[in-house]
Amino acid sequence: MTTRIVELRQGILKKNDELARGLRSRFNEAGVLVLNLVSSPGTGKTAFLERTLRELRDSGSRVAALVGDLETDNDARRLASSGAPVRQINTHGICHLEAEMIGKHLEGWELADLDYLFIENVGNLVCPSSYDLGEKVRVALLSVTEGEDKPLKYPTLFNSADAAIITKMDIAEPCGFDRAAALKNINEIRPGIRIFETSAKTGAGMPEWLAYLAEERLRRA
Amino acid sequence: MHELSIVSSIVDTVIEKLEAYPGARVKEVRLRVGALAAVVEDSLQFCYEIATEDTPLQGSKLVVNIVPVLMHCERCAQDVEIASLQSFRCPRCDEPVSDLRQGRELEIESIEIDEVEEKV
Repeated sequence: MTTRIVELRQGILKKNDELARGLRSRFNEAGVLVLNLVSSPGTGKTAFLERTLRELRDSGSRVAALVGDLETDNDARRLASSGAPVRQINTHGICHLEAEMIGKHLEGWELADLDYLFIENVGNLVCPSSYDLGEKVRVALLSVTEGEDKPLKYPTLFNSADAAIITKMDIAEPCGFDRAAALKNINEIRPGIRIFETSAKTGAGMPEWLAYLAEERLRRA
Repeated sequence: MHELSIVSSIVDTVIEKLEAYPGARVKEVRLRVGALAAVVEDSLQFCYEIATEDTPLQGSKLVVNIVPVLMHCERCAQDVEIASLQSFRCPRCDEPVSDLRQGRELEIESIEIDEVEEKV
């Protein structure tokens, strides 16, 4: 017997990273802006996305969405009511989406016919942050009911985000939401990040968010 | 928790690597894990024992080396280690820092194996 040390220096998620790179170049070529929406369960990702899809469609944009959940196609059915093409990804117990699942669920869609593709990740503030899905913009969502210190508790996710959305602003007051603290905490983890204060119910913050999407599409796609 | 998927990838990668060393047993697997990699060492260790069962990795030790977060501070014109993950500020000048240079690593650094000597 001889003992030997073999150097590997290999990324553990190499397979996912390679698939994500492939997806990213496909998205770039097609000129579609892809966003990955991440939050805890119950933040209101689906309601926020529902409104975003509807408003984008009303303004003439071509949009589609992939939505990840452990089980059920409830969210896909809700989102489809916006009229946009939507596909459900059931992970059956896996706590995050992976690039391979995205690739598989895009089959048959002509990416060049889309302006925006939204990916709603599984509700989870930890695991999705390790998995690149080929997106251009990672969006972290936080609701006014969750506690202003959430970004401090989950720095790995908030630090990897490109934009932050505060949801349910319409009930901020009864929830005793400390807006200044929330903004400060997000900035403490991800200095300079764009933050949108929104309500899917009243439509507050949506014009700013849609303007940002249009800007990002032109800048990056 | 996604540690089980991570550990499964580790096992697959190592087994692939072992093809070049027929019959070898793994003694140790060393990882480099960034402090911002969203991975918990205890969970990794727990999953490792399960995922390595009945593989050439069974009984091997998993060594997790944590890599600190390094951010680039423009004002100080250098990479700095932040004091805590709750505040992305330069520890020297207190300026907010957003340019991450290190801390998301999730890689297998090396493996230690016992090779079977070739019969003459």
